[in-house]
Amino acid sequence: MRFIMLNSPHTFSVSESEISVGRTMRRVLYAMVPGSVACIWFFGWGILINISVATVVALGAEAAMLTARGKNLTLYLGDCSAIVTAWLLAISLPQLAPWWITTIGIIFAIVVAKHLYGGLGYNPFNPAMIGYVMLLISFPIEMNAWLIPHCIWQPQAMSLIEVIKATFIGVLPERLSPDAITGATPLSILHNNLELEASVTGMLNSYFPSIFNCSSGWEWMTSGFLAGGLWLVYTRTIDWRIPVGLLGGLIAISTVFYLTDPHYLPPWFHIWSGAPIFGAFFIATDPVTASTTPLGRLIYGVGVGIIIYIIRSFGSYSDGVAFAVLMMNIAAPTIDLYTQPRLFGAGR
Amino acid sequence: MKDLFSFHGGVKAASHKSESNQQPIKSSILPHVLTVPLRQHTGSISKPLVKAGDHVLKGQMIGKPDGYMSAAIHAPTSGRVLDIDNKLVPHPSGLLDLCVLIESDGEDRWINRRETVDYKSLHPKKVYNLLRSAGVVGLGGAVVPTAVKLNTSTAIDTLILNGSECGPWITCDDLLMRERASEIISGLHIIVHILQPREVLVSIEDDKPQAISEMEAACSSTSYRVVKIPTRYPSGSVKQLVALLTGREIPINGLPVDIGVQCFNVGTAYAVHRTIEFGEPVISRVVTITGHVNQPQNMEVLFGTPFSHLINQSGGYRYGVDQLIMGGPMMGFAVHDDQVPVIKATNCIFAARVANFTLQYPVRPCIRCGVCVDVCPMNLLPQQLYWYARAKELDRVKDYHLFSCIECGCCSYVCPSHIPLVQYYRYAKSEIWAQEKEKQKADLARRRYRARVARLEHKKQIREAKLQEKAPVLMPNANYNSRDM
Repeated sequence: MRFIMLNSPHTFSVSESEISVGRTMRRVLYAMVPGSVACIWFFGWGILINISVATVVALGAEAAMLTARGKNLTLYLGDCSAIVTAWLLAISLPQLAPWWITTIGIIFAIVVAKHLYGGLGYNPFNPAMIGYVMLLISFPIEMNAWLIPHCIWQPQAMSLIEVIKATFIGVLPERLSPDAITGATPLSILHNNLELEASVTGMLNSYFPSIFNCSSGWEWMTSGFLAGGLWLVYTRTIDWRIPVGLLGGLIAISTVFYLTDPHYLPPWFHIWSGAPIFGAFFIATDPVTASTTPLGRLIYGVGVGIIIYIIRSFGSYSDGVAFAVLMMNIAAPTIDLYTQPRLFGAGR
Repeated sequence: MKDLFSFHGGVKAASHKSESNQQPIKSSILPHVLTVPLRQHTGSISKPLVKAGDHVLKGQMIGKPDGYMSAAIHAPTSGRVLDIDNKLVPHPSGLLDLCVLIESDGEDRWINRRETVDYKSLHPKKVYNLLRSAGVVGLGGAVVPTAVKLNTSTAIDTLILNGSECGPWITCDDLLMRERASEIISGLHIIVHILQPREVLVSIEDDKPQAISEMEAACSSTSYRVVKIPTRYPSGSVKQLVALLTGREIPINGLPVDIGVQCFNVGTAYAVHRTIEFGEPVISRVVTITGHVNQPQNMEVLFGTPFSHLINQSGGYRYGVDQLIMGGPMMGFAVHDDQVPVIKATNCIFAARVANFTLQYPVRPCIRCGVCVDVCPMNLLPQQLYWYARAKELDRVKDYHLFSCIECGCCSYVCPSHIPLVQYYRYAKSEIWAQEKEKQKADLARRRYRARVARLEHKKQIREAKLQEKAPVLMPNANYNSRDM
């Protein structure tokens, strides 16, 4: 009787098998829900349209690339990794981004940054952030048309139909002029005014709204993502070290600058506005492109935090999470090499 | 003193011990032909002492140890030597090795056994020689000649008798401890007498209560301490076991003796007892036959007995068996054929069904989730090793300490993407070994070439010196020197 010759071990843990790629990805999707709901509440249905367009395009692009690469469709589409990329990018886009912005970004992310860079597990850069940066550089006007937050019942809020029209045919309702609905984000207002040497305290007082009113949409969104992110850490879907490193690094460097010169923005503003919270829990934690050693994850997180600060404070972009993540992505293999855990028997 | 320490990683695997440990050890029926490999130990192959047609008695030496790192091989039963030939043996390579084929005469007649000796009156050297010529090797699986492990100049601080048996499905040590505890402890006395350790620990995983109580009873009048260790694979692996019991780590590339510790398996202690007290060489062992067979059990088996003979006595294969493994499912290796013989390293024969498995749990890409890092008992980064082994970046694999990998299989066991990680590590190791061999060969060739050039140069100089001496005389035939070129 002939036997199959396979290497040991000849068994594996069925309970651990439930921690599949698919389950991890699905949990990340669930964790994005609270922040997205806050976004709908304060900025209207735009994000929902973006997420829907992105999901459809991502699944199509993923299926096409898997077929072209001769991979098993049911096996790989089912892991939801394309949907995670789609959501990450869609959430990063302005709420009324035209459909073609979303489509171009997703196709670039999935086709180029994911599959042509090696496919799931081999891509050196976070695909969603590659797509985002490509859009940011190529379409600056569309990528900076952020909505002014309103509660969903306020008259300035757009209905679902109006949002669909705006997204797909670029027509805004007659009652609203483009200037009335879009505006700079708190971060970019401060960023631009800082260049004019305005007083930080004055600006913070006039632009940083109280947390309990209808114009505090950005803060509610961030809180939603923080809640989702903490749930991911709690369920051990992501490691705590990257978010802690990122936010810790950002707080540390901004505190140093703020204390030496109050002209710089205070640390709490850096944490709470823009994308650091979302980036810390959802983007920088992508296991494929991040560092994988315990110490390396901390260093990687701190690195992202520091680069975010440098870009925000000295660069021409108002936020820098995407750039910071991509820069640290390529450093991850080297970080891993030099932060290996102490080997058994290596002496203490 | 702290009772137990800990080691990083490891897995709590489904143990599957009860399948085979519910009935006593059964003796296997004598097979018609025994295929006894001459290499059943770590070290050089034994030299055959018999030839085809010879009649041998049970316990007669048929293979002489060749050198220090070697052990004797004995006839497991009486009968006629059919042949000495290369046969398929249970080895991961699937290669053939030299075996003595013995046709049993059914009488199972012993050779004259040596009288019982009082080991306490013997010089330790005499004891090593007795063990060496009785073919005693480590029966836990590593099969290192026991005499070599006893002959150490380092003072032994802690002696560990390893009855942990952490591998899932395997129960041969469990049964041996339940049924022959006093014999095991008698063998341990002999080892203790030679090594004179300060402390003797008997480690048993806490999922074997019956073995623990038997061993505790057998140790009751001694200073030996039975230590219950938590059931956590691979706690029976020497490095992890020593760390668990003493809190000390065996250095990289080091041996337990480097930190004053020595370990022996319970089966080895039993074999030492049989050798010294009864003059019996090692010709059989307890083997667990388990997995997808109809009546899993433990059997006392003569070396050279084909696997198929044991499977038949255990009710035959169940439906769908497509893989036969020697050793447990975590670290064992697949054999090509069930005609291969039981050898000293055979602790378990495991009949597996893998075809369904691989269909049900296909391999997915590694997303570096890091679950493997959490379970690696050597504190390696399995995902990095996999990445670079796959890319054939052998230098990087070495940077990630590939050669510290003990191939315990914990990483593959927990991998959510079901990647056969250990297979990649074995591949990378063998690639590196092959490269080093190539390099050695090239170095040798280069040295030879240089030596030849130097030799020729030297000859030329001598020749020229001679020519100059004879310069006034014209050479009629100056061609004689071209011969050497």
